[in-house]
Amino acid sequence: MSHSQPSYVRTQMAEPLPPPGNTTGVVAWMRANLFSSIGNTILTFLGIALIIWTVIPAYGFLIGNAVFTDPEGLRGEACRFEGVGACWIFIQARFNFFIYGFYPSDEIWRINLMFIIGIILLIPLLVPKVPFTRVAAILFFGVYPFVAYFLMYGGVFGLDVVPTRNWGGLTLTLIISLIGIIASLPLGILLALGRQSKLPIIKGFCVAFIELWRAVPLITVLFMASVMFPLFMPQGTNPDVLLRAIIGIVLFESAYMAEVVRGGLQAIPSGQREAASALGLSKLKTTALIVMPQALKHVIPGIVNTFIALFKDTTLVSIIGIFELLNAVRAAGSDIAWQFPTDAVTGYVFAGFVFWIFCFGMSRYSIYMEDRLHTGHRR
Amino acid sequence: MTTTMEAPAADRNKMTVSDTDVAIEIRDMNKWYGDFHVLRDIDLKVMRGERIVIAGPSGSGKSTLIRCINRLEEHQQGDIIVDGIELTSDIKRIDEVRREVGMVFQHFNLFPHLTVLQNLTLAPIWVRGTPKAEAEASAMKYLERVKIPEQANKFPGQLSGGQQQRVAIARSLCMNPKIMLFDEPTSALDPEMIKEVLDVMVQLAQDGMTMICVTHEMGFARQVANRVIFMDQGQIIEQNEPEAFFSNPQHERTKLFLSQILH
Repeated sequence: MSHSQPSYVRTQMAEPLPPPGNTTGVVAWMRANLFSSIGNTILTFLGIALIIWTVIPAYGFLIGNAVFTDPEGLRGEACRFEGVGACWIFIQARFNFFIYGFYPSDEIWRINLMFIIGIILLIPLLVPKVPFTRVAAILFFGVYPFVAYFLMYGGVFGLDVVPTRNWGGLTLTLIISLIGIIASLPLGILLALGRQSKLPIIKGFCVAFIELWRAVPLITVLFMASVMFPLFMPQGTNPDVLLRAIIGIVLFESAYMAEVVRGGLQAIPSGQREAASALGLSKLKTTALIVMPQALKHVIPGIVNTFIALFKDTTLVSIIGIFELLNAVRAAGSDIAWQFPTDAVTGYVFAGFVFWIFCFGMSRYSIYMEDRLHTGHRR
Repeated sequence: MTTTMEAPAADRNKMTVSDTDVAIEIRDMNKWYGDFHVLRDIDLKVMRGERIVIAGPSGSGKSTLIRCINRLEEHQQGDIIVDGIELTSDIKRIDEVRREVGMVFQHFNLFPHLTVLQNLTLAPIWVRGTPKAEAEASAMKYLERVKIPEQANKFPGQLSGGQQQRVAIARSLCMNPKIMLFDEPTSALDPEMIKEVLDVMVQLAQDGMTMICVTHEMGFARQVANRVIFMDQGQIIEQNEPEAFFSNPQHERTKLFLSQILH
């Protein structure tokens, strides 16, 4: 094309060419990402130093110097040496206690059965393309809570009663968080909708509820539930302390959930409601079919964030004497037979790892759901 | 702004307008947004089968007027009677009117979380209680009518603007409306896609649909409208048959407007 000629018509289309070779391969990647400038080179070496500085001692503690077996049956004494790392035999010895708490060991099959039924019902709900989703949903939300309760508590079909003060460990952590998660989401949705209501009484109630619960620390809520609440109740009636704690957690988290959902509701353009109204859909149907599915999809990260926070917050019930996983680990660490410093540390590492597994699982699952529900409207 | 569409004279004669059957009647209607008087003394009678184009500068109240007809906006004074049903705050009547009146929006307002087919069947299933299979069959019929049956299982976000707007028209038609309202249906489209949407609207007009279109497509107005209404500052300034409206505008404001859009 010459500049003196303003008129130009392309006669041949340009063919696509392969990219230049020096932008691919390991060396090119390292040059581009690790050593692209002096500053980045320094940061790269600092990063390598940091990794060496943390990974090697961690390896030494967790694996290299750790005690894995106890062939002589020394129990706590096996870890009583200078320079010994993690005391994994402590976890092995008290594993049942960490998982099942004070539940009678002859009855542990009931907890296992409850877990197995729960997992079987959850698979069709969590994995798309597995059939019977609807049946599983009805069973999981409608029937399973009662089955789980009677399996845990007993008192029917000749099962011995196991009072809730004997429940504990990971089992109890999962029970509290599952109830919290399942109950706080619908409550939060209702509160978020109520906060947008035009009726002043409903709106006022929801705003007051949300602001009240969000303004109070969870520890305060749990103390209120365990210590103050019985004072207000008539003599003789004394609802279970675990039940009170769970109700406290559900109400507390639902206030947070409400604000997350409200964020999603505000992201829906008014045109969506208008289009639905123009088609003749009632307000309720518009909310249920058009607004809420989109709003919830927008705030999946926020919802899962709240779920993860809830899961970790369950550790706070230990302050009112409930032996969930962390409290069980702490109690086991103060056992006279396992009183050496690395025992407790190993226990906390174990508890931390269990929490991490569940939270990381939730996080990955939420990313997977976001991808699956992404319908290409944000291009 | 204008598209070149020559109106075959025979076409317009095919579209019959009823002399006696009133589709929409608006009497002495006034509306305010707070202190701002957006619609002033609107009087409008639309007969069954009429195709009306409303034009006017932005902020003149065109969209607000047609949004009052299916009560997306509330009017404060006067009467609006649609298909024999007077619009009051009675929610039952509003729903009745909305079932009979279809609306197409500037920004399509398709439901992004549903497939095209689900967008079309949602209202028939949940408002009219049509069985799913029947609703889907009828939806496919309308998708063929707007010439995109092959997109039925895609999501709106995967379609072009013109295709989305045609889906939106089909979605309204699935409710078998007696009246269709169009609120600037081509304003948000790329120029290349305007024609495919207008073609669908022309076909709809030829099938005898009662239509009110807020649009700047004067070619479309010439081709299918039997009345053009010009609005400014919330009032109807002038209305006439398209030929007379374009060739011989009366009011100064209309002349100015036409001189600015018909270069």
